[in-house]
Amino acid sequence: MLLSRVAESVYWAGRYLERAEATARLIQVHTELFLDLPKSAGIGWTPLLAVTGSGESFRDRHPDASEERVIRFLAGDADNPGSIATSVAGAHANLRVTRAILPRESWEVLNQLHHWAADTRADAVDRRTRLAWTRQLIRQCQLLSGLLEGNMSHDDTYAFLLIGRYLERADMTTRVLDVESGILVGQRDGAAPYADVTWTSVLRSLSAHQMFRRTAGVMVSGPSALRFLLRDPQFPRSVERCLIEVSQALLELSRYDDPMAGCAEVQELLEQTPIDSMTAEGLHDYVDLLQSGLAGLHGLLAATYFQREPSTDPVLLAG
Amino acid sequence: MLVGGLARDACGGVVDYLTSLGDKILERQQAAEVAIKAMGITFTVYTEAGNIDRAWPFDVIPRVISTQEWQKISDGLTQRLTALNLFIDDLYGAAKVVKDGVFPAEVLAKSVNYREQCVGVRPANGVWAHVCGSDLVRDADGTVYVLEDNLRVPSGVSYMLENRQVTKRVFADLFRDLDIHPVDAYPNRLAALLAALSPRPGVTPVVAVLTPGVFNSAYFEHAYLAQQMGAELVEGSDLVVEDDECVYLRTVGGLVQVDVIYRRVDDLFLDPEVFRADSALGVPGLMRAWRAGNVALANAPGAGVADDKVVYAFVPELIRYYLGEDPLLPNVPTFLCHDDRQRSHVLANLDELVVKPANESGGYGVFVGSMASKAEKAEVRCRVEADPRNYIAQPIVMLSTAPTLCDGRISPRHLDLRPFILSGDRPYVTQGGLTRVALQEGSLVVNSSQGGGSKDTWVIDPTVVSSRRQSQSQSQS
Repeated sequence: MLLSRVAESVYWAGRYLERAEATARLIQVHTELFLDLPKSAGIGWTPLLAVTGSGESFRDRHPDASEERVIRFLAGDADNPGSIATSVAGAHANLRVTRAILPRESWEVLNQLHHWAADTRADAVDRRTRLAWTRQLIRQCQLLSGLLEGNMSHDDTYAFLLIGRYLERADMTTRVLDVESGILVGQRDGAAPYADVTWTSVLRSLSAHQMFRRTAGVMVSGPSALRFLLRDPQFPRSVERCLIEVSQALLELSRYDDPMAGCAEVQELLEQTPIDSMTAEGLHDYVDLLQSGLAGLHGLLAATYFQREPSTDPVLLAG
Repeated sequence: MLVGGLARDACGGVVDYLTSLGDKILERQQAAEVAIKAMGITFTVYTEAGNIDRAWPFDVIPRVISTQEWQKISDGLTQRLTALNLFIDDLYGAAKVVKDGVFPAEVLAKSVNYREQCVGVRPANGVWAHVCGSDLVRDADGTVYVLEDNLRVPSGVSYMLENRQVTKRVFADLFRDLDIHPVDAYPNRLAALLAALSPRPGVTPVVAVLTPGVFNSAYFEHAYLAQQMGAELVEGSDLVVEDDECVYLRTVGGLVQVDVIYRRVDDLFLDPEVFRADSALGVPGLMRAWRAGNVALANAPGAGVADDKVVYAFVPELIRYYLGEDPLLPNVPTFLCHDDRQRSHVLANLDELVVKPANESGGYGVFVGSMASKAEKAEVRCRVEADPRNYIAQPIVMLSTAPTLCDGRISPRHLDLRPFILSGDRPYVTQGGLTRVALQEGSLVVNSSQGGGSKDTWVIDPTVVSSRRQSQSQSQS
């Protein structure tokens, strides 16, 4: 038996944890990319804001997007609803509500992560400590996922955790693609000199580079990478794989008809749209379509299981 | 230094051990604080800046009580709760106790926690207060008194359980040798008690813990107990009463009937149809469902009538009246301000008395004469004269002290003890309870909301411990 309110909290905890981890990975990879490329490449820190959908709220508060400001905003800013610290705090708050059904050990890990992220967030800003910080954060998130996977019954509660995680992950993958779409498509024309490096970093930011190489076995090219990140049925961060996970988790639940149909709709959109010949603009529109499909899926889940108005999460709806 | 405060008979082994630690005791204290943070043992403090989760304040040096003494206390508490439950059941039934002139009708008439809506209801086995937390204090002469009874929504038991978890981590080396009585039976006992109240025998009962929500100061405890009992932790909005006057949980699979609600929401917020209409914490129709016998509530609404400190003063009489026995545990002598003679005594002797509002909890509104300023005395005089029924006074009990780590040194601090009593088929009293300690030097205020801390409470049989130590020393010689 699972209370609707608890299901919603678990779902959001899944989303927030995934968001924290994904944002840490983005910061990590973008920092590495920044160090690799010459100044003349003109890579700044605004793409990070764009990916996390927080450009506007950042500009409201800060005059310029310096490295320090952007990273502080994304890692530790308690006023930024999409920052890592806020996401961890969000997961903490939501799982606190559900603490009665959470394995105790995993609660302790989350509790430690929550304190640690808040106490050490300055380490994210300093470039010398930043990568160690993001690595540690990602590890803690992974540790928590592992503990939950190993210690929690794979029941309906767990299903909502997975649905939250994979929906957030699919959303994040489409965001990364959206921001990088100009560069991606540009590469086909051989116009952008550092495009291959950028593409590699896109793959890296989704921890996809190695798996892509094994599967694709070719030079990194825009269309092949794009296909991989959207459609690969096995890679755990591709949009297709995330939706497969969502639909499998839905099978654990009763009354899944509507959300299952919503899930299938997005999958169809993934499989039926030709990608290779897409222009930059076309890709942007396509990503928009995918994102609204994902938002629609969220709405169906809320209407079916949470029995009240869909939650208005600012970051989610920003897409 | 330790021996002075701690060396009651039961503590020999503990004193030896702690003395042998020397300064290393500080490391244990640090280990305990780390454990508390990691385990997320918190309580919520309300401030103007918002609600803050604070780490649970804990002192590693345990408080020790002998099994023999505990048995007496335990018997006294059982006796007390038996009488109190008979009293509450009588009040909402035939009210013989009033008719017989044992309990004054005018006190009842002005009781804040008496609920007319409960008259005529008869909960299973006539038990209204299934869970009670009574506060005990030890005076300078060693006598243990009951200071107050909490029958509405007593809290603190989770901290008793968690304190033990912490000391087990920190003093792992001590536990087997000393035969410290375990405390962790409580959640199982409570779960069994609640399940037995189900109005649908034969069906596996659905039990829920009703919490005001995550911002309540005791939310940690609500979640903890639900988890330990395998019950659902619910808020008012998770429950709905349908046309059949049954209570249902809103779940992802649809509505599921709930049989027993361990409610940690105050009476007045339980049901906006009957009590406060503006309550968002309760469930409209819950009282209808309860009266119809379709759901059991623990504690029953109205049980808080016995929290009244005026009722408290009558408990020794009630024990004699209902059980024909002498009380095993004494009350602290109590002056009732609604009685003219007692009131003039109180007002003439404010310096030596503690004046308490009859229906507050958490230590709020308590006036301690020996520490009060002139203005405070004038103010309490006004309050008592304006509403004498709602004030009682007691002599200042010099709470006993126990050695406590403060700023790296061991010093005596005042403490009390809250054991928990379950009234089910068979009564159950916790082994020890929650020891609360005033961390400020000389302070008598132990409430965690007002800067108090806590200790683990060890009930130990000194005869077992000393015989074991003898045999150990023999085998080593």
